[in-house]
Amino acid sequence: MSSYATAVPQVRFGHTLTIYATEAKYELLKVMRQPAYVVPTLTFPVLFYVMFGLLFGGKQAMGPVNLATYLLGTYGAFGVIGASLFGFAVGVATERGFGWLQVKRASPMPPLAYLFGKLVVSMIFSAIVVSLLIVLGIVFGGAHLSASMILKFLGTLIIGSLPFAAMGLAIGCTAAPNSAPAIVNVLFLPMSFLSGLWVPVQVLPHFLQQVAPLLPPYHLAQLALLQVGAPTVGDPWGHVSALAAFTVAFVVLALRGFTREDGKVNG
Amino acid sequence: MQNSQNNIASLNGVTKKYGTITALKDVSLNVRAGELLAVLGPNGAGKTTSIRMLLGLSRPDAGQARVFGGDPSNHATRMRVGAMLQVAKVPETLKVKEHIELFRSYYPNPMSFADAVKSAGLEGMEDRLFGALSGGQKQRVLFALAVCGNPDLVFLDEPTVGLDISTRHLIWEQIRMLVKQGRTVVLTTHYLEEVDALSDRVIVLNQGMIVAEGSAAEIKARTAQRKIRCVTRLSAEEIRSIGNVDSVTLNDERMEIRTPVAEPVLRELFHRDPDLHGLELTNSSLEEAFLKIIETSAQDADQKSAAQKVTA
Repeated sequence: MSSYATAVPQVRFGHTLTIYATEAKYELLKVMRQPAYVVPTLTFPVLFYVMFGLLFGGKQAMGPVNLATYLLGTYGAFGVIGASLFGFAVGVATERGFGWLQVKRASPMPPLAYLFGKLVVSMIFSAIVVSLLIVLGIVFGGAHLSASMILKFLGTLIIGSLPFAAMGLAIGCTAAPNSAPAIVNVLFLPMSFLSGLWVPVQVLPHFLQQVAPLLPPYHLAQLALLQVGAPTVGDPWGHVSALAAFTVAFVVLALRGFTREDGKVNG
Repeated sequence: MQNSQNNIASLNGVTKKYGTITALKDVSLNVRAGELLAVLGPNGAGKTTSIRMLLGLSRPDAGQARVFGGDPSNHATRMRVGAMLQVAKVPETLKVKEHIELFRSYYPNPMSFADAVKSAGLEGMEDRLFGALSGGQKQRVLFALAVCGNPDLVFLDEPTVGLDISTRHLIWEQIRMLVKQGRTVVLTTHYLEEVDALSDRVIVLNQGMIVAEGSAAEIKARTAQRKIRCVTRLSAEEIRSIGNVDSVTLNDERMEIRTPVAEPVLRELFHRDPDLHGLELTNSSLEEAFLKIIETSAQDADQKSAAQKVTA
């Protein structure tokens, strides 16, 4: 045995970085070629925004800004949440449930590289969908955004996608591959409405306004609204803390699901 | 336990339960450097669970799995191991070359890309999307991913299941190449034929326990059986009295006689019944032979437990 033990290869830091980069590159190539992810992720938020933010009542005032600018904030959150939830939940549930993750885990791939690849890709799609909305908002919605506002808005939404990536991961680590998309839809759409992503939370019936702070999208939407100069509800640091707490809770759920599944492979 | 110096992977008294099902029951086995070890058994025998233990994908409830003297889930161990597992769905929107490049990137000293492609006979398919490949081609990509990291130890979990004969033979050829290159290979299969074609040593698993162990030739010898079918006026009792007869059954007016030694039995049959006709002599199929190992091991176990009851 000693003759074998001598040949243990050393882990080089540079090599580890290369693995992370390579994982992200191929994850992007893989996802780019999946219309089932790309088309809804990019078109639904844009379509909804065009319909509800631009075609109907976009000129209406919402505090210091118009409704088109207000809904740019909330649909930005909507787009980012969709990109992260579907990317993680469906991606992880499929690869875990059908045994592909086993093959990767049996290899020397660092487990975090897998998550890193998925995160980079969902953030790239988040950036694309938010950029599309910004262009529409400025060109057709009369949104007045300075360059620094645009950058802060983009940055807030991309970093703010983390709790939703974690939520998607928690679903992906517990749901069967065939039920994951349905579970995401059942959570995502009602949660978006109740958090004021489609209509401003101030317009919702009073009792629904009480429910909204219990939902993570509400907090991200308020932070996004702040960046476009729209009226917001609540304290920004309160929203940041709530999102951080949701992230931790979802990561714990994901880890529990992941360690419990020892041995189970569907299909 | 001889040659323990050469053992590079082992299970020591491993038990694993999934709910109420016992997948492995106190299983101990060693993998020796440079050998091709086949783990043979029917579905649900515990073959895949054994592999998962040795890959550190599953933890034993009792006992221990060691690979290269360490925990199989260690990063240092995994850098020297490759695995072809049964996957229901591999990402279909990556090209063959992309899958291989990604897995090569995980290992510190991988094969060259060209060698990895060649080792699985994938030349000319590098630019095809995985989803556009045939079943046999998909298996070969998984094979390439198992070997592209230049591993010292390769696990192949039913590499040829569901493949046609020509693809199966192609993969056998590639497995032989691995051994020639000095790698150690652990292969699970439920084809005795595959064991015969490839392996140095066989472990037969059934219901989570090792029921036989030895060289492929030994296992085959244990199961060698021939089947004589003929029309004869002799009764089953008379035929049994010849000796060396395992079983006699009457089937559609024909006697079916199973024996390890056909020639002396036939000589005696003709001697006793010169009118014997409709003779047919066949080797029992590998599946039948395999069932025999399992049956006899189950009988042994029954006898042992019966004996234990008596002594108690």
